[in-house]
Amino acid sequence: MDLRTLASLGSGTGYNFGFLDELSKKAVRRALLKAIAIPGYQVPFGSRELPIARGWGTGGLQITLSLVGQGDVVKVIDQGADESVNAVNLRRLIERTSPGVGLTTFTREATIIQTRHRIPETPLQAHQILVFQVPLPEPLRVVEPREEETRRMHAEADYSRMWVALYEDLVRHGRITRAAGYPVLVNGRHVMSPSPIPRWDVPRLHQAEFLSLFGAGREKRVYAVPPWTDVEPLAFTDHPFTVERFDEPCARCGSRTSYLTVIPDERSTRVVCSDTEYCDEHLALQEASR
Amino acid sequence: MGYTAVKGGQDAILAAERLIERILVAPDEAAIEVRQVLSQLGAAVERVLSEGGLYAPVLAALAFKQTEGDSSEAAFLLRAYRSTLPRLANAEPVSGDEMLVVRRISSSFKDIPGGQLLGRTRDYTQRLLDFRLLEGDPRLERRPAGAVPPGPIGQRLPKVSATMRSLGWMAPLTPKSTEPFDLTREPLQFPVSRSAWLQALARGESGAMVCLAYSAQRGFGGDGGHGTIGELRVGDLPLRVVHPLIGEPVTVGWFRATEVEMFGRTTAPTAPSSDQSPVQYGMSYGLVFGQNERKAIAMAMLDSSLQSGDGTGPAADPEMVLYHTDGIESTGFVEHLKLPHFVTFGSGLQLALERKTADPSLAGGRS
Repeated sequence: MDLRTLASLGSGTGYNFGFLDELSKKAVRRALLKAIAIPGYQVPFGSRELPIARGWGTGGLQITLSLVGQGDVVKVIDQGADESVNAVNLRRLIERTSPGVGLTTFTREATIIQTRHRIPETPLQAHQILVFQVPLPEPLRVVEPREEETRRMHAEADYSRMWVALYEDLVRHGRITRAAGYPVLVNGRHVMSPSPIPRWDVPRLHQAEFLSLFGAGREKRVYAVPPWTDVEPLAFTDHPFTVERFDEPCARCGSRTSYLTVIPDERSTRVVCSDTEYCDEHLALQEASR
Repeated sequence: MGYTAVKGGQDAILAAERLIERILVAPDEAAIEVRQVLSQLGAAVERVLSEGGLYAPVLAALAFKQTEGDSSEAAFLLRAYRSTLPRLANAEPVSGDEMLVVRRISSSFKDIPGGQLLGRTRDYTQRLLDFRLLEGDPRLERRPAGAVPPGPIGQRLPKVSATMRSLGWMAPLTPKSTEPFDLTREPLQFPVSRSAWLQALARGESGAMVCLAYSAQRGFGGDGGHGTIGELRVGDLPLRVVHPLIGEPVTVGWFRATEVEMFGRTTAPTAPSSDQSPVQYGMSYGLVFGQNERKAIAMAMLDSSLQSGDGTGPAADPEMVLYHTDGIESTGFVEHLKLPHFVTFGSGLQLALERKTADPSLAGGRS
């Protein structure tokens, strides 16, 4: 290859639709089919390197790029926000490498929603796929550092150490102190990390109408929660699972039914919706009804 | 403006991109050409293509230039580009003794069949800044105009390990017919095969590998990585693929590599009756793209400690070594902490505040 040929690759046209070559995309889809067939089980896959750094959403992105086709409309959010720099960057990559694919910020319009750390407030429908970016897919990592051992524990459904850890947490602190990424039991069989979503979002995975796919690029695992699947947070009957509680409504749109994020000011704090699209829509509705 | 402001994200990214696309230089300053990086910053190029796991010197030079000399970032560019290339064929296995050698040394013997060949090395130079290079470069030796760069110029030399084997000090090579693990298509799954860990180390991050090998050397676990370099050789190896029409292997190119064979871990012969020799040496192996000697040595040392299988200490723990020496993965995840985390942080904060209200002696939460 001479320098001129190489330079011609720089025009951006030298890449396959969806960046990855077709065989690689097929390999991802096959892993996803297995993941759907065994809800909550982490399927190892040959995670490829992307032009996005490891730990910045490469797992979710490989799922999205493998699934996306003409007619799809993609939404990307980070912490609930469409305009977060990382969400913008991932959306730009999808746009650049998948010409013809629609992009949106409206939850209702999207066929594929790639997310980091949130589930959109607007309820998702059966035809929509939610793709989670996962930093650490192994929920048992907190009690066992070794992959070989955690895979054995999953295979034998040996979750005793996890239960003991939760119990010790309870005894020590009077409550379970896991905030985001709360461990769940999927389909009564596999303990799974729902990715670092707030506890607020955890019950919304239970018996959901939509398909949830989880991608961990650096750790090379995909897993899934198919529609209408049981997703139960690990908790004790006398100490039930609780979600975050907010005393104030959103300072911007007044919503009392969405997950809020704290913004510190000079002397006080205010809370606003983390889902910016929901907040915009709710605000528009408020103004229209006035 | 917060970096998730509703309208700010896109503008901020584009502004950052405009900044990164500008490099401020003096009025009369020339641009560095990719071919200059290729010919004059060879060590950087070879490190990048080794860690990138793609033997593409021109692209590695381009990546190094594009990233303003950030070798981690350059290796990352190359690795990402690799994902766009379909696998067209598998190369035929090539043996290290086919290398056209430009440098080879043995620390195990004073003299070796074929002789020691010091070659191009900085090992025995005095590390003094050469102030002549502030202006011009007297080192540059120009090819005659029109002359093409020479092909492989080395010579074939026997391997020290072959001598060890013929003396009965090392077990004979047993060719394996099993397909090697393919790290670029399959994720590592523990326990891993040796072919898998060798592949992972071959494209590992040099600094991380040197760190772990050094820790074994200092006795921080592992088997001490205390082998002796039986042979370190640098040179060109042929890339052969089976011709789709004639069905015969043909050489389609050459690649520069560094190979290290380390002798160590003396074991009693497994079948004493077949061999009169009182000892048999074990061997650990390092092979990396380019002339990357410290990485190749570290690789052989880590291969040694992983083979020991005793799992004591970081360098002998396969998950510790293999999960933490890939530079693309480690730099990516460490730097992902720059991403906003306000949802997870807020969830933890909320829990902590709630607990504090319930019992003021409790503060701090886990997120």
